[in-house]
Amino acid sequence: MSIETPAPTAAPPRRQARPSDLGSDGPSAGARTLNGVSHGLLVVWAVLVTVPLLWAVLTAFKSDREIFTSPWSLPTEWHFDNFVRAWTTANIGRYFINSTIVVCVAVVLVMLLGAMVAYVLARYEFPGRNAIYYTFVAGMTFPIFLALVPLFFVVQNVGMLGTYHGLILVYTAYALPFTVFFLTSFFRTLPGALVEAAMLDGCSHAGAFFRIMLPLARPGMISVGILNFLGLWNQFLLPLVLMPDDERYVLSQGLAVLAANQGYRSDWSALFAGLVIALLPVLAVYVAFQRRIQDGLAVGAVK
Amino acid sequence: MRYGKYRFIASFLAIPLLLYVVFVVSPYLQAVYISLTDWRGFSPNRNFIGLANYAELLGDGRFWRSMWHNAQLLVVVPIVTLGIALFLATMTTVAGRRGSAARGGVRGSRFYQVVFFFPHVVPLVIGGVLFGFFYNPEAGLLNGLLRLVGFDWLTRAWLGDTTFALPSVMAVLIWIYVGFYYVVFSAAMKSLPTDVFEAAVLDGAGGIRTFVSITLPMITDAIKTSYIYLGILMLDCFALLQVMLPDGGPDGSTEVVAQYLYRAAFTDGRFGYASAIGVALCLVTLLLAVVVLRSGRRDRVEF
Repeated sequence: MSIETPAPTAAPPRRQARPSDLGSDGPSAGARTLNGVSHGLLVVWAVLVTVPLLWAVLTAFKSDREIFTSPWSLPTEWHFDNFVRAWTTANIGRYFINSTIVVCVAVVLVMLLGAMVAYVLARYEFPGRNAIYYTFVAGMTFPIFLALVPLFFVVQNVGMLGTYHGLILVYTAYALPFTVFFLTSFFRTLPGALVEAAMLDGCSHAGAFFRIMLPLARPGMISVGILNFLGLWNQFLLPLVLMPDDERYVLSQGLAVLAANQGYRSDWSALFAGLVIALLPVLAVYVAFQRRIQDGLAVGAVK
Repeated sequence: MRYGKYRFIASFLAIPLLLYVVFVVSPYLQAVYISLTDWRGFSPNRNFIGLANYAELLGDGRFWRSMWHNAQLLVVVPIVTLGIALFLATMTTVAGRRGSAARGGVRGSRFYQVVFFFPHVVPLVIGGVLFGFFYNPEAGLLNGLLRLVGFDWLTRAWLGDTTFALPSVMAVLIWIYVGFYYVVFSAAMKSLPTDVFEAAVLDGAGGIRTFVSITLPMITDAIKTSYIYLGILMLDCFALLQVMLPDGGPDGSTEVVAQYLYRAAFTDGRFGYASAIGVALCLVTLLLAVVVLRSGRRDRVEF
């Protein structure tokens, strides 16, 4: 790579011509304009990202009539009843609880099982280890679509179609590849000497895992756990196929149905209130763990 | 060899492996077999018909039209998304020049990092409902804005127009995914060695020159990985489209392969044919990965 030709814009003589710039980097006028424009674009993107979301929140407080007559104005009267109606009449409350049950149990299960697999794959030599590892990793690359039809019948045949535990097990199974992939490399970075010392002291293999390695792996576990939570809360396709019973719809399913039905019932304000309710847990998790999520994603995506 | 090692390994792997094989591996394998049968509806009859489904697929106009929509998404969305993400990441990680460090983001980088990523944690279904209404001809934010600034002639039923429906969806996808790749590229850029940037500044290279000659070549791998990752997502797109345009858009102008597959299976009950679509989609995915990975192969930059 060669960077021998200096760009003419920031040549030293010009820098000396302006005493005010001495000591700083002193970009030329052209570079400064460019910088101003670029900085402006950062602001534009930030506005583009936030406006639709703020608009959704404001709309959730409007009456139906207001939603249709003045999309850009603030609500004249704040309708908190929209949220009550969404939670009860539009069933968002029930869907919210369904989602919480399925996602929380699945995340706990996938973290436990994923950590067990990852630990064994990372720290033990045994025949078939690579085969197992690559079988799991391959699960990340194939589209779920391919598995959809047979999966429906597998779940039906074991009698779990439309049940919480059916969906929980499927969520767990499909979240395993990413979890195993991420945690295997994480367990490899932990010091093995501690485990050897514990085992000399009479600790069993499982004891060493639960008492020493699992607590040590906490930072990695939390990152993966959050990503799994967001991913599963976001899931739409699996429940659409495996949860035909509208009593047990998860949130994304319920919202999609609600949105599709608006043409006939037209309770838009409740729909928007429902959207905001569904967004709250995600927002809370994001605000609380913002940095950890970004670090975790960056590691998972680049490496 | 310590006592009980294999028993321990087996006990840790048994349950996760069972779950994974039953719900993930077996459906993928079954899908390939089902695609070679004429299985229709919920009847038990399924006859092996070889490649007949694939032969039918070759002459199926609807399949090719949805594939064409995926192809458009595959080209437009990643290029625009990765372009914007690269720009934003450069601005907030390497463009600012604080004294001799020659690197670091412009002012407010921390704030942008939090805001830019947020759309990525918004569940796709919520994004779909939100933007479905954003494009609403009467009450939507977009037409509202156009009327506000006096551009009434530009207002239209965005999602009801065969020309504008697909680009409107593309805009939403870009809005959602830029944040993720922004984080990936920021992480990649932060890991670059500082001395190269210092040398560039000493040689008088401007911001653009530094970007083209240094930053870009050194993060090529991250860009390629991102293209594959985003490409795989663009071959899916089910959740967002199913919520925004459940009927495949005006005159089928936005139907993608995943939606066609879903309909073939769960509306028309043609499981064999749907599985063949799934296998085809999977092959395209693998092809994409191979093409991108092999394209423009050159000496890696070591650092």
